[in-house]
This record gives sequence, C-alpha cells and structure tokens, in this order.
Amino acid sequence: MISKNREYATVTKVSGPLIVVEGVSGVAYGEVTEITMPSGEKRRGQVLEARSNLAVVQVFGGTKDLDTDVTSIRFTGETLKISLSEEILGRILDGAANPIDGGNPVIPERVLDIHGYSINPYAREFPQDFIETGISTIDGMNTLVRGQKLPIFSGAGLPHNRLAAQITKQAKVLGKEEEFAVVFAAMGITHEEANFFIKDFRDTGALERSVIFLNLADDPVIERFITPRLALTTAEFLAFEKEMHVLVILTDMTNYCEALREIAAAREEVPGRRGYPGYMYTDLASIYERAGRIKDKKGSITQMPILTMPDDDITHPIPDLTGYITEGQVVLSRDLHRKGIYPPIDVLPCLSRLMQGGIGKGRTREDHPDVNDQLYSAYAEGRKLQSLVAVVGEEGLSDTDKKYLEFADRFESIFVNQGTGTRRSIEETLAIAWDLLSMLPESELKRIDTEFIRKYRPHLKEGSIE
Amino acid sequence: MKKEGTIIKITGPVVLAENMRGSRIYELVMVGKEQLIGEIIELERDTATIQVYEETSGVTPGEPVTRTGMPLSVELGPGLLGQIYDGIQRPLTKIMDLVGDYIERGIQVPALDRERRWEFTPEVSVGDVVGQGDILGVVPETKTLIHRVLVPPGLSGKVREIAAKGTYTVEETIAKLDAEEGAVVGIQMLQRWPVREARPYGKKLEPNVPLITGQRVIDTFFPIAKGGTAAVPGPFGSGKTVVQQQLAKWVNAEIIVYVGCGERGNEMADVLREFPALEDPTTGEPLMNRTVLIANTSNMPVAAREASVYTGITIAEYYRDMGYDVALMADSTSRWAEAMREISGRLEEMPGEEGYPAYLASRLADFYERSGRIITTGREERMGSVSVIGAVSPPGGDFSEPVTQNTLRIVKVFWALDADLANKRHFPAINWLESYSLYTDAVSDWWHEQAGDDWGEMRGEMMTLLQKESELQEIVQLVGADVLPEHDKLVLLAAEILKESFLIQNAFHAVDTYCRPVKQYGIMKILLTFYGLASDAIAKGVPVEKIMAMPVRVKLARIAVIPDAEYEGRFEEIKKNMEDEFRSLVPA
Repeated sequence: MISKNREYATVTKVSGPLIVVEGVSGVAYGEVTEITMPSGEKRRGQVLEARSNLAVVQVFGGTKDLDTDVTSIRFTGETLKISLSEEILGRILDGAANPIDGGNPVIPERVLDIHGYSINPYAREFPQDFIETGISTIDGMNTLVRGQKLPIFSGAGLPHNRLAAQITKQAKVLGKEEEFAVVFAAMGITHEEANFFIKDFRDTGALERSVIFLNLADDPVIERFITPRLALTTAEFLAFEKEMHVLVILTDMTNYCEALREIAAAREEVPGRRGYPGYMYTDLASIYERAGRIKDKKGSITQMPILTMPDDDITHPIPDLTGYITEGQVVLSRDLHRKGIYPPIDVLPCLSRLMQGGIGKGRTREDHPDVNDQLYSAYAEGRKLQSLVAVVGEEGLSDTDKKYLEFADRFESIFVNQGTGTRRSIEETLAIAWDLLSMLPESELKRIDTEFIRKYRPHLKEGSIE
Repeated sequence: MKKEGTIIKITGPVVLAENMRGSRIYELVMVGKEQLIGEIIELERDTATIQVYEETSGVTPGEPVTRTGMPLSVELGPGLLGQIYDGIQRPLTKIMDLVGDYIERGIQVPALDRERRWEFTPEVSVGDVVGQGDILGVVPETKTLIHRVLVPPGLSGKVREIAAKGTYTVEETIAKLDAEEGAVVGIQMLQRWPVREARPYGKKLEPNVPLITGQRVIDTFFPIAKGGTAAVPGPFGSGKTVVQQQLAKWVNAEIIVYVGCGERGNEMADVLREFPALEDPTTGEPLMNRTVLIANTSNMPVAAREASVYTGITIAEYYRDMGYDVALMADSTSRWAEAMREISGRLEEMPGEEGYPAYLASRLADFYERSGRIITTGREERMGSVSVIGAVSPPGGDFSEPVTQNTLRIVKVFWALDADLANKRHFPAINWLESYSLYTDAVSDWWHEQAGDDWGEMRGEMMTLLQKESELQEIVQLVGADVLPEHDKLVLLAAEILKESFLIQNAFHAVDTYCRPVKQYGIMKILLTFYGLASDAIAKGVPVEKIMAMPVRVKLARIAVIPDAEYEGRFEEIKKNMEDEFRSLVPA
C-alpha cells in the first residue's frame, strides 16, 4: 500500500453518502480518507471504488455541508483500524470508536484492521460449553453454547432489550465462575434504549467489564456500517489475545441493513429483494461469522444480535438472511406479550443449531435431549388443537386431546412465563418440564426413553392431573 | 507477447485491467503486488474483467496483473482424501500451519503434498499400447481405497518407460509414453484439470441402483439412485444441513465430496470433529478417510465461493473415472447462485429474475449434468457414478424463487423441507406430500430382490394412507374428528403411527441415525400388519378408542431404535404381541 499522504481538493460530485474525487492517483481500494469540510471540520471516509484517476468515497459522518469547491480530501494509505488495549473495558465510545464518556482516548497496545480476516474453518473449535442463561425456554429448549451466534428476532414494542439485558446479567457457564466480558454495539437505537442498557449494566456491575459503542438514531447513518466491525474487532482482541469469554450484543441489525441499502441505492447498484443489495448475505456473514472459538485459545465470542422484524414478518430479507447465517434464533411473539407473558418467547419457530453438542449426559443432564423433543411435540400438538377448538369447539375432543390443550396453556403460563427477576437453574427448568409432562399419560411420552421416564417422571405427584 | 497487464479499476472482488491482449476468458491471473488469485470473466479489446478470489482492500490502480496462460484448475492425485480445502483448493490445514488461525491473503500452497511418497505398483509393461483412462498403476491411498493412476484424457501411445514398484512423490514421472508424431510424454501421479470443464467418460448408464442413505423417508419413499441428482430446498432451520450431513455420513458411496458453499464456519468445525470419529458403515474405516471437504464459508471471499462447487465436482469426477461411486453434497447451491448474482451485479450485467443473471438456469443445468452413472473411458470398462445432492435455501422459504425453480427443472428427486414439521421437531422435515422421486420405478427391482417382492405394493399402500390422512385432516379442521366414521378415524391413527415410527428419524440417536434397508422394510411390514388387523377389528365393531389404547402402540413408537443385532427377533415378538392384543379385542 502507498504510504505517503496525498491531499486533493478535486471533489466533483456529492451524492447521498458518497463523494467522487477526480484527478487522483494511486488510491487503494478500501483506503481510509480524511475529509476537510469548508468549515474546517474533519470527517472520515473510505474508498468504495478505485480507478486510475478517480475514487468513489463513502463519508462516515454523512455528506451534510460538503461542497465541490473548497472541500479537500486526504488519502491516508491505511485501511480502517482501531486502537485497542485491555483498558478499553468499562469505556463508552461513539459509533466510530471515539470516547464519549469524558475519558482520554485508549492508549493502544494493538492497532487492528476492523475488517479482520476470516477464521480458517480448520482452526475453529466446535462450540460445546453450555451457557446457563437462567431462562427456561432458552436453556431447556434452545440451548446457547459458548461461541454461538444466536439472534433475537423481535418486533417493534416487544421487550427484546429487557431480555438481552437479563441474559447479560444472568449468563454463566456451569461450574465455572468466570464472567463474560460484554461488548455492546448500538446501531440507530434511541437515547432512551441506550440509557436503559447503560443503566442496567451499571446497576449490575457489568459496566466495568463492558465496552459500549453507541451509534444512536440521530448519529450519521453511514457510521453504522463500521460500528459492528469496531465492536467485533474489540471482541476478537479481548477473546483471542486476552483470553476472555466475550458476549457481543448487536442492536438493532435492522438499522444496520437499512444503512446498507442506503449506500447501495446511492451507488445506483442493481437492487436485490425489497431494494436491499444482492450482497447483503455476504455482508451480514462478515459480521455474524466473527463469532466462535479457536483451537488452543481460551477465549470465545458469543454473539447475540437483536433485530426487529419489519411488520413481525420472519420472511422479510433481514431476519431471513440472518437466520440462514446464524446458529438458530430466539423469536419473540406479540401474542404471548399481549397475554402478559414474559419473556414472550414463542418456542416453535425458535431453534438452536448447536444445542445437541451442549446438552445431555455430562453437560446438562442425560434426559435433556429427550425432554426437549417431547416438550416441542406436545406443545405443537396443543397449539394445533387450540386452533381446532377455535373452529369446532371442545366437544369433539378426546380426553387425551383435552390434556394436550391444558398442557399448552400451562406450558405458556408456567414454563415460558418466568418474569424478569427469576433465574432458573437448568435443574429447575427440567423439573418444571417434568411436572408439565406428567399431565400427559405415560403412553404419550413417546420421545422419551423409558429409562428416563422411570427415573425422572414425578409419579402421583401432588397437583398433577392423573 | 507481454504477459503482464495493469490494473485500472477496483470495486470489491471485481478488478479491471488493461494491456491484457492475448489473454483468454477464464484464464487464471495473479492480481496486484500481493499476487492475489483471480480469473478473467470478461474481455473487451485489451481490457479484462477479473474476479478476484481474495479480499481486495489495499489494491491500487497501476499495480500489475500477471497472466498464467492456464484456466482455473484443480490438482488431482493421491492425497485428496481426508483433506479440507477452500473454494480454490488451497489446503486449509497447511494454511493454518503457515499463517495461523486466520486466512491471510496472497497465500499460495499446493493442494497436494509434494513431499509425501506413495506406494506405486505398475500395471502395464514397456511396449504396451495405452489410451486415455487406462490404468498405469495403483496406489493404496487409504487402507481400503485403491487409487488408480490413469492415462490422462486426450493422451495415448506406447509405454516407453514405466516406474518399477516403489515409492514416489506425486511430481515424479512414473511413466513415459511414445505419443503420436514421435513426441515423448511424461506422466506424473499429479494431474491437473480445468474446473469448469466436465471430464470425459465412455457412456452414460441408466441410474437404476439406489444410493442407500439409511434414512427411511428417503430410501423408501423418495429414493435417489447412484448417479442421480436431488435437491433439498427448505427455509432456515428446517434441517437442510442435518440431511446433507446424514447423507455424507451414511450413503453407500466409496467417496464423499462435501462442499460447504457459503455456509457456517461452525458447521465445518462440526464435520471436522465428527467425521474422523465415525465409522464408514461398509469398510469400518474412519469416515474422514473417504471424504474430501471443500469449505468456503460465508465470510470467505465470494468469488471463491462461486468456484467451490466446480472444484468439488471435478474432484468427484476424478474418482468416478477410477470406477468408484462418488456422492457430492453441495450446501448450499443458493449461496453459489448468489455469488454469481453478486459478481454479475458488479459487472453491471442486465439482471434476470430477482437480480440473478440470465445465465443462472444454464449454469445450474451444466453443474447437475456433470452427475451420472457411467462407463469410464479406457480399455477395461469400469463403472462409476457421481450423485449430486444440492441444498437450496429459498428466501423466506418460498419455493417459487428462481434458484429453486431452475433446480427443480433439472433434478430428479425433490425433498421438500417443511418449516411446520421442523417446528414440531418432526425430523427429517421432508414433506411427504410435496416431495417426489423419479427414480422410484427404476430402483424397485433392487428392493424387490434385496428386501421382498411386496416392497412396491407396501410403499404404495403407505403413500395412499398418508394421502388419505391429509384429505381427512382438512375435514377435521372444519368439523372436528368426532364426526368421522370409525374407519376414517383409524386412517388418522395409522398415519400418526406411521409418522412416529417410520417418517421421524432421530439423527442424533446412536441406533436410529442409520436404518438398514431390510429393517426399513421390516418396520413397514409391521405397521401395515397393524393397520390390516385394526381394519378387521373395526369392521367387527371394535371402536377406534380401544385400538388407540392398545399397549403395543408404545412398542411401535419405539420400534426404530431397536438395535440391528436383535431387530429380527424383537420385530417377531412385537408382531406376536400385536396379534394377541387384537385377538383379545375382537370377540371370536
């Protein structure tokens, strides 16, 4: 890369978040630029297209007040980097990693490229350490493991922030006292939402082991493009150089994707589905895939991105592409929320792809996989009957059907509904599950090994239906 | 002729270079000072458009582009098995040794080990006349697989020299031929083949031997034949990857090529963790020894993703030419199509449907057409096959989108994955009403011979039952189940049992993960016996509730997890229990 600084005052076009500079030479693709505005204020940018004598640059601070006369641009010869040291823990930074907590800039121990390189798939360690979040629907039925990426699919007005904060507070690895370091990246969320997290982190003492990046709703949209990458580079530094277990929360990925669409539109690219660029899958993958574990390294990165599904539509490109990359999803339901159930997790569309490796004998409990299968099939059956009853009434139902109906109700009101203050251990979660399953006749427990039924089913327990 | 051009423009993975006169389309080039690997995808006068297989940040106009004069090729020879490569066949194990946990740019590592020596035994003598596809000698590549070193396509002549039995590296010349017009050609074990070109074969055969997967719903209901093609489309979370991995584990092919195309890194880590520990059901060797992995995860460069499926199928064809049955899994072909779309977008081509390039359909067809059961070239005719199973990831689970639709026009087997089934944890979530296989008739002879004469008949009966159930469910949705006549209620019950005991199969259960064909047949037979006895009982006035409450139902629900060693006896016992219970229900 060319290292000498070159400055030009030949901006010929300003359009949306992009500027075109002519008469340049030796500009590298991806190079960082510093733009000096007519007022003397400086902004950063990055080269999106490099030609022999022309460069297209996206401006992270937005193009407001730029002109094609006095504005000058300096090409730094560098790619985008972030300065890091362990001291970054406890800091609050803006979406471009400038401190906004009144403290001094971080004294760099390492300066890292924010785009990172891809982890060699051969170097990955398969994630298998069960994280107990204390939430029954997650621990019992969509188990999270260290190094997984598990997003929360939510909708406007649903309590996803509260859930994320609760998980941050409660998450621990069984039998180990190590706490998670938290990297929190806000993209386009409101001051109020950001304050909720910061206050919660402060109250629970998590703040001093957190790094917070804030690009809020009124901050430049284009900056959102780099915020998650800054956060993940920080997480990688903490995990793989400082041996920490890092939990990364990215919120709200929907705003990130909107920013992506805005840049694509400004560049007049051929749009893909619903106007989002055709490379959105690849772009999202370059964020989500930066989670995991590496062989012979102690640390790990667990990601919990949050996104609000436009119109609660899970087939919208943003949740859709996310679900294809992440290792499952936790889906919040408006119906359950209306019924006053917290957390309103609808388990049926939920999934944890790495669950099988993290549960069972020697990890959680031997009966866990079977109990999980049985809960799913029984609740699905109950829900099917609920919709049937809505049409034809309860008269035609058999006794077993009625038990399934009641099972579904109690599953929601007891198993799913646990409140913000409750932390349930995996043993407690499984005990509640067995209590609920004992409502059904033993012959219906077809997904559970008979040996486990003998061992764990609370026979003739008080309050059970039989 | 100048062999170097100059970069004039860079946007992402697409680079434009001038002074490229004389270069060919699909020629391999080295881009920039870091010598990034790229391929020419468009030529206009002396300007070439290049797709670069590595990240292009920092590349500057004015940097050189070096031509190689060769198309993008793979290295073929002993040592492919057990390896894990990226999309352009760079060995990821070696890359890790060289640069650590992350893949840096501009690394060039040969795909095959140059140092390793292989035990070569010649099978021709000096003076023999040989042609393309003839066996020059053999190398034991693994404990159970004989690697046949063949005369490369397009070559023939009289053997002038042949290496004696001994150990050789892949680069050493093991034979010399007197080819046409007095030329002497040296042949090494290491051979190259351009990935975008299908390797030649003798003759295509009818695919009429089933590729046994050990998955009940696949083998019995929607079978795939050796040399056949199948597509597995489904929304996220419906279990595409588990289906693909199950097939990679259990199909009765000699070689597996698994292409992780634009998917998750942790999934490849899972395969790498599991495969060396699992046993190949036919040879007892670790599964990894019959597997070649191509891993180009979603965060690896997009152009290499485009190349990865070609790399995979070329390796598959190479082993096919030795006379082996090869199965290739591509997960997911949608990511491959998206890579094409991304490159096409950067080229500012006129987009077709949903932004995909207009040549999407023909590229898909070309790829799947490289499958087939064939007679190889060469004097001694060998039979080999490449079966291709492609996962498709339709946006929003909507099968009407272009990749699914264009794939369905080519493939012969369609396993439609269903989100509703997956939500209920009914796995494999293959929807039995939507899926189809065009090989059912072709493979029925095999089943009749191996399992029983009534296989086709029983299969038909089960399908009819499922079909009937879905019709009845529509009525139940409107008026409830209690108005149905007793026999219809029995149909619902029987279908339920069929789903529990046969269609659902637990990939994570030690026994249930693989079900032998004879056992599949056995379960089917017991279930139909139950249905037959139950129908008789109903006809004699026994109400369905009584049948529902029969103790034998619990045994039927767990029939699939009975270990192979004891299943014959236990099946017989269950059948007897069943008959006894029915006898006590029906008063004589």
